[in-house]
Amino acid sequence: MSGATSNKDRMQIPLQGMPEQEPDARVNNFSEVPLGYLEAAAWTEARRCLDGCKAPCIKGCPVGIDIPAFIKKIEERDFIGAARSLKKYNLLPAICGRVCPQQEQCELVCVIGKKGPAVGIGRLERFAADYERMSGLIEVPEVAPPTGKRIAVVGSGPAGLTGASELARCGYKVTIFEALHRPGGVLVYGIPRFRLPIDVIDNEIEILKKMGVEIICNAVIGKTLTIDDLFAEGFDAVLIGTGAGLPYFMNIPGENLCGIYSANEFLTRVNLMRADLFPESLTPVFLGKKVAVIGAGDTAMDASRTSARLHPEKVTVYYRRSREEAPCLPREREHAEQEGVEFKFLTNPVRFIGDDNYFVKAMECVKMELGEPDASGRRSPRPIPGSNFIEEVDTVIMALGFGVNPIIKETTPGLETNKKGVIIADPATGRTSREGVYAAGDIITGGATVIKAMGQAKIAARAIHEYLLSKASTVTA
Amino acid sequence: MSYPIVEKKELAPNTVMMQIHAPLLTKKIRPGQFIIVRVTPNGERIPLSISGWDGDKGTVRIIVQAVGRTSTELVRLNRGDSIEDVVGPLGQPSHTGQYGTCVLIGGGYGTGAIIPIAGDLKALGNKVIAIIGARTKELVLMEDELRAVCHRVEVSTNDGSAGVKGLVTDVLAEILKQEPVHMVTAIGPVPMMKAVSEMTRPLQIRTYVSLNAIMVDGTGMCGSCRVGVGGTTKFACIDGPDFDGHQVNFDELVYRQKMYIPYEKKAMELCACK
Repeated sequence: MSGATSNKDRMQIPLQGMPEQEPDARVNNFSEVPLGYLEAAAWTEARRCLDGCKAPCIKGCPVGIDIPAFIKKIEERDFIGAARSLKKYNLLPAICGRVCPQQEQCELVCVIGKKGPAVGIGRLERFAADYERMSGLIEVPEVAPPTGKRIAVVGSGPAGLTGASELARCGYKVTIFEALHRPGGVLVYGIPRFRLPIDVIDNEIEILKKMGVEIICNAVIGKTLTIDDLFAEGFDAVLIGTGAGLPYFMNIPGENLCGIYSANEFLTRVNLMRADLFPESLTPVFLGKKVAVIGAGDTAMDASRTSARLHPEKVTVYYRRSREEAPCLPREREHAEQEGVEFKFLTNPVRFIGDDNYFVKAMECVKMELGEPDASGRRSPRPIPGSNFIEEVDTVIMALGFGVNPIIKETTPGLETNKKGVIIADPATGRTSREGVYAAGDIITGGATVIKAMGQAKIAARAIHEYLLSKASTVTA
Repeated sequence: MSYPIVEKKELAPNTVMMQIHAPLLTKKIRPGQFIIVRVTPNGERIPLSISGWDGDKGTVRIIVQAVGRTSTELVRLNRGDSIEDVVGPLGQPSHTGQYGTCVLIGGGYGTGAIIPIAGDLKALGNKVIAIIGARTKELVLMEDELRAVCHRVEVSTNDGSAGVKGLVTDVLAEILKQEPVHMVTAIGPVPMMKAVSEMTRPLQIRTYVSLNAIMVDGTGMCGSCRVGVGGTTKFACIDGPDFDGHQVNFDELVYRQKMYIPYEKKAMELCACK
């Protein structure tokens, strides 16, 4: 049946919508918002993928997934086969299907997307991965015979998990060191559960463990042990995937008032420490009536939507540029708007005003206008003189982006970084200035996406494999 | 992972010494560093000063006073019980070096944290004087152990039941009259650290204080522990916990420490540990 579908027919099939929790309902819970395709919708959506297409989507994917191949499996109703096809390229499809910016990658270049909506590649990826997980037929990837070599992976976020899995497949004994008490990195402390349910992450981590990967939590590399200690303990190579965990503040007056958080702190308190369940969970989070989120990236959307679920009177996102420049995914902004989050564009805080108990009670803002394009190509915002005004707020969440955590740099002699502390790594290999030390993810970019971190981790894992092979051959020669 | 308590001793009412078995984290500890613990699976993460360690036994020692829910739950644990999570050592080591005469001041359970610093400073050839401050005699902690690593130990109590009647600053004022002091480190309640810093400021004596800000991850990721130091914002977890006492905005620190008091009360009310 599917084989007989002509491309002309395929192009007539409308984009299959994905059911979602209604906004009124979802602001009362932390359950996932999009509910995923059912089999019929997935099959119909898969049929929108054209036959004989040159598949520019593959190049649009940072990890180079053979997208038509897995979609054809869905069309053949071989859903498990689709998941396994995906996993040849991407070991975390259930995660990427949810958090990848597909509109900027694979779906951006989709051929039918030129004339209408692109194939829902992310939705199909999620469907296949979820189908496999729910079926209980999860296949633990095959692992090569042991090489006898040990690799330390620092950090258990997207880069660490991907690197560990690739290296385990090559037969290495991999140990992941995680600073927090639970693995997953930003997937656990940063991305809210209503975007990425925790069982999806736990499932991926269980698979890694079945592949023989050891995960040691509560180990801060650079403090508990240094990179040099890892080599001294017998590790043959190190992959650093520690992310960009240093929140930026604005350095404006009043920023240390109580009630002002970094998005990292706010999200960590809720996502990792479950402050939403206080006092059953013992970590509190203070949330007042009028919440201001500063910034308009994906983290700002996560913070504003998380706030909305804690029931303040009002959540407002303030952004110094206009709607068009907002770096968040459009679907995240739409979700936030549906959940009652308001947006004030071309507005920037200049100082915070506290009450007698040192809690923030207001912020002074200035109106902005857009000038000439800056280095990023976006029109640079500049304040309009005399346009200052006061906004009453009692909670402020700063989502201004991240710097790089200094702990590893400070404790690893010979590891070169740029002025911002970003580890300098060869983009083609992830190799750093220290022999045997490779890096991937936000620690080498200063801040990007889950999928880019995973793409780099794959590259670095391959380079580590080649490095250890060449080292072994030199020794035997 | 779980971390067994291998020794527990009550030092004063509601204040205990614990040795925790955590072999991985004892390899790199330096004086002045801290750990973060999470006592139970639903627990919060709280920072605690390290007051000693034994690399051979793989143990780290803490002094804990039952104040809020988490510290009370911790104090109630016994030898053989386990702590859910222990991570560290975190923060920068203390500024040990060759100064000359050093005065180390411990207030309450902060006294534990000055022991490793005193040991290091003495080993480096400094003259080390310690002052222990407490409300009353039975709250004077670790005096014997401190005597073993200091040249001189003075005690002050508010009620005069041990040592000098008064505050640590009264003892410090006396010492400053007696001899030149080249470095002061104060660890304890914020009002004490602030008073010490104010006393040494006009004398331009290098003064370090160890800041017990509220933390979550303890690795620089969240910024909960930010403090004003010399007009700029620092993170106590990765830039500290020790800072120049003459530069610290103590008032801000006090306010920020109180941020969750209503929540702490509520958590305490619901605690079976009361």
